[in-house]
Amino acid sequence: MGNVISLDSILGLGELKAPADAPAAAEATGCSSSSCGSSDGPADMDPAVWEKVKNHPCYSEEAHHYFARMHVAVAPACNIQCNYCNRKYDCSNESRPGVVSEKLTPDQAIRKIMAVSAEIPQLSVIGIAGPGDSLAAGGKNTFKTFEMLQKKAPDLKLCLSTNGLALPDHVDTIAQYNIDHVTITINMVDPEVGQHIYPWIFHDHKRWTGLDAAKILHERQMLGLEMLTSRGILVKVNSVMIPGINDEHLMDVNKAVKARGAFLHNIMPLISDPAHGTHFGLTGQRGPTAQELKVLQDQCEGGAKLMRHCRQCRADAVGLLGEDRGSEFTIDRIDAMEEVDYDREAARTYREHVEADRAERHASKAAAQADVAETVGTAVDPILIAVATKGGERINEHFGHAKEFQIYEVGPKGAKFVGHRRVDQYCEGGSGDEDALDTVLSAINDCTAVFVAKVGGCPSKKLQAAGIEPVDRFAFEYIEESALTYFKDYAERLGQGAVNARAGQDAVIRTGAFTAKRA
Amino acid sequence: MAYKIKASDCTACGACEAECPNNAISFKKGTYVIDPATCTECKGQFANPQCASVCPADCCVPA
Ligand code: SF4
Ligand code: SF4
Ligand code: SF4
Repeated sequence: MGNVISLDSILGLGELKAPADAPAAAEATGCSSSSCGSSDGPADMDPAVWEKVKNHPCYSEEAHHYFARMHVAVAPACNIQCNYCNRKYDCSNESRPGVVSEKLTPDQAIRKIMAVSAEIPQLSVIGIAGPGDSLAAGGKNTFKTFEMLQKKAPDLKLCLSTNGLALPDHVDTIAQYNIDHVTITINMVDPEVGQHIYPWIFHDHKRWTGLDAAKILHERQMLGLEMLTSRGILVKVNSVMIPGINDEHLMDVNKAVKARGAFLHNIMPLISDPAHGTHFGLTGQRGPTAQELKVLQDQCEGGAKLMRHCRQCRADAVGLLGEDRGSEFTIDRIDAMEEVDYDREAARTYREHVEADRAERHASKAAAQADVAETVGTAVDPILIAVATKGGERINEHFGHAKEFQIYEVGPKGAKFVGHRRVDQYCEGGSGDEDALDTVLSAINDCTAVFVAKVGGCPSKKLQAAGIEPVDRFAFEYIEESALTYFKDYAERLGQGAVNARAGQDAVIRTGAFTAKRA
Repeated sequence: MAYKIKASDCTACGACEAECPNNAISFKKGTYVIDPATCTECKGQFANPQCASVCPADCCVPA
């Protein structure tokens, strides 16, 4: 693998074409295909918010295909206990349980960021998400890192994640460092529910338990959220879906956070395994299935915008979403490197390419959708399609190499990204090809088709036997346009009785840490 | 009297260090330690020892 990622490898095959002449026309209809419903796009978002988030891989569905984020693990301390967390590992609010990140001092963090930005021109966001709480212990390391960063690399966006307990004390500092994105993990808006999630908190020099703890945490979270939004700082809310504890309740959370100005709501599945040593893991609390998660996300659609592509990355993740190049930048290696100068010329060029590419995409998606609307009408139910991709919004990964599949829902209303399914083999260790294939089948069992750049004969047969059509005729094409073309064809075959609709299937959410590296 | 940290359970998160009103806690050789000469068990300052109240591993205990 080369040191520098070529732009082509990110965007899939082919060159970047010139911008389309009339992107404005597509937007003027108010609804280009990527901008309907929950998809983040310019058409249904406040222009000021879009300006802030459009290059942020975590907040903009479009940007997550093009831009990279990096977490630096400078904040190991925490001030609450969550039942889905084992403090031997990272905070599970953003990272998943059972993951240990390399803890860095603020100085080491800066060196690491400089080294990464020299290698990865797509880097646009630096986040602090733990491994504990970024604002616990006075937020000292977090703010020190941001202070140094703002001097050295003012074009990088900054963001932080917190459980919210200490948030009201730090809002002024956050505003001062120009951190315009904050993520708060809010799992409840009712202490009765909260007491089953948080055994204790440390607040005002005291350990609180039970209802008292949940009540204080709830009040501080709401206060912090209101303080941030009233200062114009963007707030995303993360919630962990815990079946039987807060699953239904998350609809109330969705309403409450929307009313207080959160611009995105990210519902993540509980990941629970006895091996993680968490309270929920040990008591056998299960996580949701893929359909349970999707049903809840669909129900919340009208509330605060939902973000479905969060990868629950580890606290020291590096790279595009869905990949982690963290192991290329361990602290021994960083220490061994020469001091790196901050030069973002490559990054600027890259951003210009992306701007042009995006404008063109808005037009072509709108055309594909109009075609489907005309020929299919609204009679056919939407279907799910699994896509093997390396990024750049293209179908550019081999079936057998995919570490995850992106799931698109496509129907008469257009194609939209609704989630991703991990199929990496990390937890099993050395399991055979057969098991690997079964893992994939159970992860995408609710899909009608799987789009790949290439697929072998044997897995292809197995997929067909399982009722999932392997499709390689759109290799290296754009995902959404291909999905729409496929849907048009599917609707026709459905009409002729050549295929059956695949309703009522469910799929399994994989547990364990996502550790996919670049191939 | 003073508190001590059971090194075998400590996750080295540093939460205790930030809360100690007497700066009695420091990071030495991969783990956090309490200086018994400086630790007052928080008597006269707080109702409960701060380190023990914040510690996620319950490993700050009376020496
Ligand atoms: S966990 Fe990953 S995808 Fe989710 S918000 Fe953080 S960086 Fe983005
Ligand atoms: S008991 Fe109080 S004084 Fe002693 S180490 Fe803990 S916090 Fe510091
Ligand atoms: S709070 Fe507990 S686990 Fe954390 S460093 Fe102190 S003694 Fe260790």
